[in-house]
Amino acid sequence: MDNIFINIAGWIRDFIAGFGLSEGLVYLAMVLVKFVAVLVFVLLNVVFLVYMERRVAGFFQERLGPNRVGPQGIFQLVMDILKLLSKEDIVPAGADKLVYKTAAYVIFVPTMLVYMVIPFGKGMNVIDLNMGLFYILAVSSLTTLIIFMAGWGSRNKYSLIGGMRAVAQMVSYEIPFVFSFLGVIMLTGSLKLSTIVEAQQDVWFIVLQPIAFIIFLIAGNAEINRGPFDLPEGEQELVAGYHTEYTAGRFAMFYMAEYANLLAMAAIGTTVFLGGWHGPWLPGWLWFFIKMYILVFGQMWVRWTFPRIRIDHMMHFNWKVLLPISLANILVTGIGIKAYEMLRTMGWW
Amino acid sequence: MLQQYSGLGIYLIAAIIFPFIIVFVALILGPKRPNPEKLTTYECGLDTQGPTWVQFKINYFLYALVFVVFDVETVFLYPWAVKFQALGLFAFIEMIIFIAILVIGLWYAWKEGALEWM
Amino acid sequence: MMPTIVFGVLSVIIIGFALAMVLSKNLVHSAIFMAATFVGVAGIYLTLSAGFLAAVQILIYVGAISILMVFGVMLTRRGDISASNLFNKRIISGVVVSAALFIILGRLILTSEWFPSSFSVPESTVGPIADLMMNAYVIPFETAALILLAAMVGAIILAKGARRTR
Repeated sequence: MDNIFINIAGWIRDFIAGFGLSEGLVYLAMVLVKFVAVLVFVLLNVVFLVYMERRVAGFFQERLGPNRVGPQGIFQLVMDILKLLSKEDIVPAGADKLVYKTAAYVIFVPTMLVYMVIPFGKGMNVIDLNMGLFYILAVSSLTTLIIFMAGWGSRNKYSLIGGMRAVAQMVSYEIPFVFSFLGVIMLTGSLKLSTIVEAQQDVWFIVLQPIAFIIFLIAGNAEINRGPFDLPEGEQELVAGYHTEYTAGRFAMFYMAEYANLLAMAAIGTTVFLGGWHGPWLPGWLWFFIKMYILVFGQMWVRWTFPRIRIDHMMHFNWKVLLPISLANILVTGIGIKAYEMLRTMGWW
Repeated sequence: MLQQYSGLGIYLIAAIIFPFIIVFVALILGPKRPNPEKLTTYECGLDTQGPTWVQFKINYFLYALVFVVFDVETVFLYPWAVKFQALGLFAFIEMIIFIAILVIGLWYAWKEGALEWM
Repeated sequence: MMPTIVFGVLSVIIIGFALAMVLSKNLVHSAIFMAATFVGVAGIYLTLSAGFLAAVQILIYVGAISILMVFGVMLTRRGDISASNLFNKRIISGVVVSAALFIILGRLILTSEWFPSSFSVPESTVGPIADLMMNAYVIPFETAALILLAAMVGAIILAKGARRTR
């Protein structure tokens, strides 16, 4: 059971190699096959997450949520897709057409690029880059500019304010977000995600780096613009923020990117702090999936429990609380590792 | 290495193509009946007053500036963290000095009110 | 063969976006084209097996510098944004200077002797960078922190002045 997906990938590889292609071409073809697999996985989960969020929000607010279409409203997700795809595609007359359209086309690209390095199980990633974690930070920083393009290109005051707020918030919280991984990297000495997961064989890094994990959760939540950090798209003041003007397929791209980012954040947290595929009895990929959904549920819980915070409070919290704590965490981790080494060489450990 | 990066290139191209398919499908499935009223900027039923692309306040720029400084710092911190256990105590002290210098910058920004949202 | 094709495609992308950036009449468009150029440069780094450098290029230039530029544009007081990046009368002198620079650089590249390194690329480029940074280049490393500090302090002083005059 543990190797079921790896075996399937092996069969496909053998099948492709049967055409007599060179080894390099087979590798590239396999990347494409894995891309499609990851894409299908992400899309199915995104659709399910939209449904799950509506149900979870319903239960938190003591109402039912969607429950009419099919058992427990499960076919609601099919209806949502059909509705989105059959709407009219509107490009506002006042919009900056080039920027407006480009933003919708590229918003999903950084998200997909993040999934490229995530190990969904032992040996189950598209490409296991050596600089995996740093690569994730680099490509996810692209989202900031794209969100600005969406907000600016719409030529709508709500969109522009939403876009500017989103950029200010995302760049601010990127710093503690980036720093929260440093403790883990100091412990493992590698940026490769599979190595980081393997280092958690005995102890998950949530135990060794609890403060970093909390910083990661808070900053990660702010990075994907979810409540209580959803000022860029606060319905009551900004309609829908930077994607107010988008409809149909283009809106679907933004919506999908939002939930795919939520899932990606949970996947990163699982990989770096929750031991990835490690766990007893069940196959590794199932453990990964379960842990990922626990984190997703946690984020939904937070969103529907806390009220939105004010923008000045949000900025103060980042620069005057989170950033100093994350710097202190690096310092403490460094001293801890050095002290542990020293004790071990002196034979006291 | 190069093989991985060529894989990355293929993956990137595939990821760029996919949104075009979605938008194209939606264009085919959806109706196309534009009228001037529909194409106006959405502002809850009111007409837009004045220009949209106005001057924003300087706080955004100041936050971006402090961000750039700390973002450059991460570039130094990451290789250091990777090699932390191999490098020994001296490198640790070097990095403490490095961070301390930038913390002075943060303290200055804090003192001068660059981190205030007003 | 393959690296040459990739290099050619990337060069076309980079030069195309760079030209678009210079020729665009809209400052925000220019900033976005500039970000696209930086992405292309990161691609060039990847073809040279410098993965970490490519990631740094994306993280710093596209993720940070472009944002700074865009915020800078949003900060300035101006009239019509679609005519914010116009040519002025110095276009001829500009062409002359850039053509001269192009000729000098091209001549230098063509006439200099190149010594291809016989070293193979290490499995991970991050570790050796850290080794060099922490041992051989300690002083430049600490100086970088001082330069960053100076940049931050200077910009805050300028911004404070701007806030007072407004």
